[in-house]
Amino acid sequence: MIGITSYGGYIPRYRLSRMVIIQNMAWYFPVIMAVAGGEKSVANWDEDAVSMAVAAAYDCMNGKDRKALEGVSLASTTLPFADRLNAGIVATALNMKEEGVSNADFSACMKAGTTAAISALESIEAGKRDSVLVVASDQRRTKMATMYEMFLGDGAAALLFGKDDVIAEFKGSYSVSCDFVDHYRGAGKEFDYGWEERWQRDEGYGKIIPEAIAGFLNKTEMKIEEFDKVIYPCYFGGTHKAIAKKLGIDKEKAQNNMHAVCGDTGTAHPFVMFVAALEEAKPGDKLLLASFGQGCDVMAFEVTDKIKDFKGPRGIKGSLANRVELASYQKFAKFRDLIVADLGIRGEANPSTSLTVLWRKRKMLLGLVGAKCKKCGTPQFPPMPVCVNPDCGAVNEFDEYEFADKEAVILMFTGDMLSASIDPPAVYGLIGYDGGGRTMLDFTDCELNQVKVGIKANMSFRKRYSDKMRGFTGYFWKAVPQVEGGDA
Amino acid sequence: MATGIRDKVAILGMGCSKFGERWNDGAEELMVEAFQECLTDAGIEKNEIQAAWLGSCFDEVSIGKSALPASMALRLPNISVTRVENYCASGTEAFRGAVYAVAAGACDIALAIGVEKLKDIGYGGLPDFTSAMGTLNQIWMANMTAPGGFAMLATGYAAKYGLDIKDVKRAMAHVSVKSHANGVLNPKAHLRKIVTEEQVLNAPQIAYPLGLFDCCGVSDGSACAIVTTPEIAKSLGKKDLVSVKALQLSLSSGTELAYEWDGAHFLTTAKASTMAYAEAGIKNPREEISMMEVHDCFSITELVTMEDLHISERGQAPKDIMDGFYDRDGQVPCQVDGGLKCFGHPIGASGLRMLYEMYLQLHGRAGDRQLKDPKFGLTHNLGGFPFMNVCSIAIVGKYDG
Repeated sequence: MIGITSYGGYIPRYRLSRMVIIQNMAWYFPVIMAVAGGEKSVANWDEDAVSMAVAAAYDCMNGKDRKALEGVSLASTTLPFADRLNAGIVATALNMKEEGVSNADFSACMKAGTTAAISALESIEAGKRDSVLVVASDQRRTKMATMYEMFLGDGAAALLFGKDDVIAEFKGSYSVSCDFVDHYRGAGKEFDYGWEERWQRDEGYGKIIPEAIAGFLNKTEMKIEEFDKVIYPCYFGGTHKAIAKKLGIDKEKAQNNMHAVCGDTGTAHPFVMFVAALEEAKPGDKLLLASFGQGCDVMAFEVTDKIKDFKGPRGIKGSLANRVELASYQKFAKFRDLIVADLGIRGEANPSTSLTVLWRKRKMLLGLVGAKCKKCGTPQFPPMPVCVNPDCGAVNEFDEYEFADKEAVILMFTGDMLSASIDPPAVYGLIGYDGGGRTMLDFTDCELNQVKVGIKANMSFRKRYSDKMRGFTGYFWKAVPQVEGGDA
Repeated sequence: MATGIRDKVAILGMGCSKFGERWNDGAEELMVEAFQECLTDAGIEKNEIQAAWLGSCFDEVSIGKSALPASMALRLPNISVTRVENYCASGTEAFRGAVYAVAAGACDIALAIGVEKLKDIGYGGLPDFTSAMGTLNQIWMANMTAPGGFAMLATGYAAKYGLDIKDVKRAMAHVSVKSHANGVLNPKAHLRKIVTEEQVLNAPQIAYPLGLFDCCGVSDGSACAIVTTPEIAKSLGKKDLVSVKALQLSLSSGTELAYEWDGAHFLTTAKASTMAYAEAGIKNPREEISMMEVHDCFSITELVTMEDLHISERGQAPKDIMDGFYDRDGQVPCQVDGGLKCFGHPIGASGLRMLYEMYLQLHGRAGDRQLKDPKFGLTHNLGGFPFMNVCSIAIVGKYDG
């Protein structure tokens, strides 16, 4: 059997109420009031498509062997590198094997996630690979006071495809490919450029998705009635409903488009909605997934008995529950670099990107891989040639030791107003890992007044710095204190 | 078997520039100011100096690399000059180089000079801090500054002893109030203004829980010493010699950051002070040390250091501080010259500036701040961060004590 063996999701913690956007920007473009309800997810300032992809990938690989992966495909239209495999950053963060592995970026289209999934499944069907992870992630910047600002949210989701312990069997796919351009982002441009909504709705979503699904049903001789959930993105609420009607399905069988809770997460959105559906699925359920963007991919899955034993990850449901309202529109605008605030002369410091160091220390820097002494058993970070235990002194006798999936306890901390930071104060501190090892990390997704010595923290892969002069984004791991709520 | 440095080297003369925001002076003016005072005090000619050591820390933004800046500014007679850098211990390192050279018999008279020109960067605090940590550390270590790095110690200390952070802050406030009171009496100090405990506690936050008055002055300045053997000093007609009793350094090996540590003490200071007392022949530092200049870069640093110097018992520093034990009229006056807090902290000069105050006090030349009959003076530097640092300790005293 071939299909999905695990899933994971990530919606960033900040949510921006659309009323906040309206209160701040409706004076400029009152039309945004038409979609006033609900909230959108907002990536923290230190998150991007790659970091959110890593979060979703770790969520998906929870309890799974990352060394068994034979490839990771990353789908996104907001990748930080135009030439450097972004999926390779995700793979290194996952501390995957390097030999016998083929990773790929799928980009430039909202349906790139499903295209990557079909490609992964085809390689497994062909017997070329046994286990492929597909992650879709997007963090699109939007101009102020636009419908895009209202509709679009940030997020990521991951699907693991393989042959063993399949929780949703792959039942076939069908694609329509056409150069229908409802919106586009020209090379080197910061923002999307869209054609009028009526065109996007009526000739785009409203026509192409039903036609592709009809094509799929025709090809596979399946009936739409067989499906318990039909999942397709469309942030126009009325059009989303109209598509269900056109397909002849009850409206409760059409998976909610999540406009109210996180907005449209772009390339990630078909996966985000699909994972949300899987989280509610029972054995025997049939799910039909369709994407949209210069055509449409349609994929069918049947949930198996294995889903009963499947230890659910945090997923979309869990990350939606981890929610803090971003009350300040200015903060949102600053996080997305839409407004200029002074970082001070201290902020001019040269980030000194070194590609040689990055290569030599890639496991440490991207994978948070430390060392465990073979002689005394001490886990340690950063990995160094001589054991840190003064009573041991072993030289070059270490096994790799992963800290990324370990819990830690906060030992000491501060909130620093002097550090150049997008979101001062810069909170950081010393943490001690369960099972041994300790280090000093930046903290994120918390407010200073929530942090205390003794509380637990988890590791999260984040942007460490943006070197604007050289166009380089550096990543490292941060500690996320286990706090609930907060005010921002 | 090594016998240590005790009484092998005497201080022939010392000098110290006025510390502060010396907008109109560069490192060369500052060095010459300290050096001219030192030379006059020593009563020798420049050409009698046979070797020199320069301590400076932030070289690239301050004076540049190598020891040439000192050799050229002072127009030294083409002698050996060595630049040393060891974070905030750089000044004491320069002193150590000169003292060891004399003790080894490599030369008769040596100069140690420290300098830092910090106020040429256009913003408060220390210059381009992260690059000082190396290419690798810079791209993974937390987005730290000096105040933040030390501020963490307050949370670690409060957690270890189960204290309310407010009580720790109050003791920290007393540390600063005391140093400001002392700084007022020192014409060379950068900050010369009384502050109250309430002012300290209500100051704007810099790095939780440190406020503005928990942080030392960022200053320009230079200090220097000329050292020789006690025999030569006497032959030059010097009386009441001040000699070096101990010089110790201890550096982190990485255990605090990556192995084990309570987050409430300086491992290096505890070790260096123990070695220094042994070298100086001091059995009970709480009773025998007459005065101290410690590395109060931040109030919490001074608080915790009192325990690592084995003068306050573990967990008892806040009590001793609040009891006035370290005030100028207390049993072991600390930061008599105002400390880093008020005299200021031009990194490379600080260790020598501390020795300058001990030297003045031992000679009875400390003016309004003069303590009664001091015997041993201790200086302490702590460079880096609580979890990764360089500690230097010097003890000086009367040669015929």
